[in-house]
Amino acid sequence: MTDCSRHNRPPYLMITALGLALVLAIVVSAGMGYLAITPLEVAQVIWAKVSGSPLPVDFDPTFGYVVWEVRLPRILTAALVGGSLAVAGVLFQAILLNPLADPYTLGVSSGAAFGASLALLINISFLSLYSVPLFAFAGAVATLFVVLALASVDGRLGTGTLILSGVIVAAILSAGIGFIKHLADEQVAVIIFWLMGSFAARTWSHVMLVCGAALAGLVIAFFFGRDLNIMALGQRSSDSLGVDTARTRKILLVAGSLVTATCVSVSGIIGFIGLITPHLMRFIVGPDNRKLIPVSFLAGAILLLAADTLTRAVLPSEVPIGVLTALIGGPFFCYIFRKKQLHALS
Amino acid sequence: MPFLKADNLSFDYGPRQVLRHISLALEPGRFYGLLGPNGSGKTTLLDLLIANLTPAQGAISLQGRPLASYSRRQLARQMALVPQEFDLGFDFPVRDIVMMGRHPHIRRFAAPGPEDWACTGRAMADLQVDRLADRSITALSGGEKQRVVAARALAQDTPLLIMDEATANLDIRHTIQIFQVVRRRVEEGGIVLAAIHDLNLAAAFCDEIFLLKEGGLQAAGPPEEVLAAPRIAEVFGVRCQTSFNAFNRSHQVAFQWRRQ
Repeated sequence: MTDCSRHNRPPYLMITALGLALVLAIVVSAGMGYLAITPLEVAQVIWAKVSGSPLPVDFDPTFGYVVWEVRLPRILTAALVGGSLAVAGVLFQAILLNPLADPYTLGVSSGAAFGASLALLINISFLSLYSVPLFAFAGAVATLFVVLALASVDGRLGTGTLILSGVIVAAILSAGIGFIKHLADEQVAVIIFWLMGSFAARTWSHVMLVCGAALAGLVIAFFFGRDLNIMALGQRSSDSLGVDTARTRKILLVAGSLVTATCVSVSGIIGFIGLITPHLMRFIVGPDNRKLIPVSFLAGAILLLAADTLTRAVLPSEVPIGVLTALIGGPFFCYIFRKKQLHALS
Repeated sequence: MPFLKADNLSFDYGPRQVLRHISLALEPGRFYGLLGPNGSGKTTLLDLLIANLTPAQGAISLQGRPLASYSRRQLARQMALVPQEFDLGFDFPVRDIVMMGRHPHIRRFAAPGPEDWACTGRAMADLQVDRLADRSITALSGGEKQRVVAARALAQDTPLLIMDEATANLDIRHTIQIFQVVRRRVEEGGIVLAAIHDLNLAAAFCDEIFLLKEGGLQAAGPPEEVLAAPRIAEVFGVRCQTSFNAFNRSHQVAFQWRRQ
């Protein structure tokens, strides 16, 4: 029986390894860019800011500014968005009983895109910098509630009807976005650029916003970790095992969508991270959501940070991050999907 | 006071009435069979009893309290379900699936205790799925999956076990194995309510049979009384002979397979 208790221990080793890798990725990527800064200098800047002690007198003050005010906010936003999208992916895949679901399955991205396009079209400026994110967020949340209302029959939410409702609403919104683009004339480039996602010029307030969403998402996901596992058995079984499936599903759908909506409002639409990360991590730690949630958060953070660093500091010109994740993630996903299909046949 | 009591239950899906005026009571230490043709309302009745559906009319009480006053978690400590079909998109190992039966007994964030491991170990040994413990559920055959699900319900260790045609996909050996295991639970004071298609299986294992026809309770009582040839002819529309089978020491039914 001793092997049984070991079998269910949290994957401490994996979490530590990924945590260290993430810290390393943050420090290294903060040194990369037009102005090359060594990881040691980056660490010095971070230490000075965190501990409140002054930097050495011979230290170039531009380095401090570039690392702390320019690069770190962008890097941390990218990492937090990546982690949040991955956790939202775990949630959606578990709730919808579908390993191919992602944070955008319920049309959240289309809603956000519609909201953002609308704000850009009518050129709203009374909320200054935040008008587009706010509209995106409102669009995502409104879409979620329309989809939930469409899918629920006397308080129940079937997984099939949920996915179908998401697809229907997303299709209508896509047409709406097309119409906005048609009306937009010269603004169309701005809309298209926003839809492709970007982390350029993110600030500490963006970091704080996503950090709050990520923490809330992690706590809620972790709280319902075991219930999520049991919900994989289907509603009739999970109800009989003591999980209030309908209620839990609703809470987690709303939580996952709000986390996603916050991410979208900060960074635009970034696909495939929420789909691929949980998928990959399931190969390593298995399907237990209590293990999958922390591990996916860290892996998602590393993946999106790496992708953003690639487009920011390595590629000759900046490719929109949403395009990059789709270009790398899409074929990669086809590969693992195909491999799994063949494996299932043999 | 019976453990579970249903009083004058009716249920309909829209204009189609599925159950009419069903009353029954379940007592400890008894094995109950729920029989009836396809579409006679067996699964709907079970769904009402496990609070998966709410009756349009009538009342259900569990240990004297209304069923609706129980939380899901409290209910899951009183009754377990072995569903008819089982499909899972995620490849959990068998041991984790069986341990899910302990969910209502384990506090949130707590790890399974010695009693939880003992219960799952016993359930897996009883149904001989312990050698599959580390295998992925998605890699098992239909029959193996069904035994794992039955083991999960046994590990739940509830006074009442509800089986919804739980052995429909099993071969005869494993069917007998599951029924012998749950029969032993009944001897120890447990209650089993099983929807069964095989009349002879029901006659051999059940103490009492509820026979449904078109949503109404046609008969209730010991197998030899309920499963009489004229009533089987009326409810199922087949010809048969019934007799006491000395080999099984039970009432059994022989069907007329071909028109003479």
